[in-house]
Amino acid sequence: MDLKLSNSNKDGIEIVDVEGEIDVYTAPRLRELLIELVNKKNYQLVVNMEKVEFLDSTGLGVLVGGLKRVRAHDGSLDLVCTQERILKIFRITGLTKVFGIHDSVDEAIAARKAEKRLPA
Amino acid sequence: MATVEVTFTPLPVHVRTARLVATAVARRSGVAESLLDEVRLAVGEACSRAVEAHQRRCPGEPIRVSLTDDGEQFLVVVTDAVQGPEHDLPAGVSLPAGAGADGGDGAALGLDFAVPSGGSVPLRLPEDVGLAVIAGLADDVRIAPAGHGTSVTMIWKRRTAA
Repeated sequence: MDLKLSNSNKDGIEIVDVEGEIDVYTAPRLRELLIELVNKKNYQLVVNMEKVEFLDSTGLGVLVGGLKRVRAHDGSLDLVCTQERILKIFRITGLTKVFGIHDSVDEAIAARKAEKRLPA
Repeated sequence: MATVEVTFTPLPVHVRTARLVATAVARRSGVAESLLDEVRLAVGEACSRAVEAHQRRCPGEPIRVSLTDDGEQFLVVVTDAVQGPEHDLPAGVSLPAGAGADGGDGAALGLDFAVPSGGSVPLRLPEDVGLAVIAGLADDVRIAPAGHGTSVTMIWKRRTAA
């Protein structure tokens, strides 16, 4: 399956919904979207990976790149993922210590608000 | 011993094809369903690395993938044609079993995920990350010189059915 991307704003946080496979072929599209969002001054991002069917180290690189960009603006990039096969690659690489990984978009938003004390 | 060989032009779009073939051959060879995702991801990592190396050094040369079931183990060998000291793989090594294994810590493999500010961000993470992923997925991983390039051999041992 190819990669489907969409984004929406919820409570001041940009939600990026990703569906399909993130690999060396499709990862540039996700990278471009993350760059576009940051260029539009969206520095609080949540990437919803619940419908991601495949993720490799190229995809990890794009997510780390996105995290770097938002952190340069004191922002954040959290992930939503409960799929064991996707979580496994984060554990193998130790990236569970780098990203905030949540069970749902609402949980990610709540965690971000609690940390940043964004207005409700 | 049954072997399937795939040769493909070093383009990112073909990595998916290699993954699909590897998964199909592994399933047909009797590799446990629970391991198919690991085969798919590891083969994808090895092929992605090879594609990027070929695109930098020898875009006209094909990449070879060999999939073998010898009855006791399932072997996948990804061979590139990248020559010279600038090759980014540590040829002639066997990665330690469990390196980067599930639940492992990337730092234990010397991986640094610090996210510095400023500067450009490469599309891929450092080479070690892909190798760490492969090492965490396959039972054994060997990297060795092969012809004019380097081969990455990934082995999954046959599990006795429960």
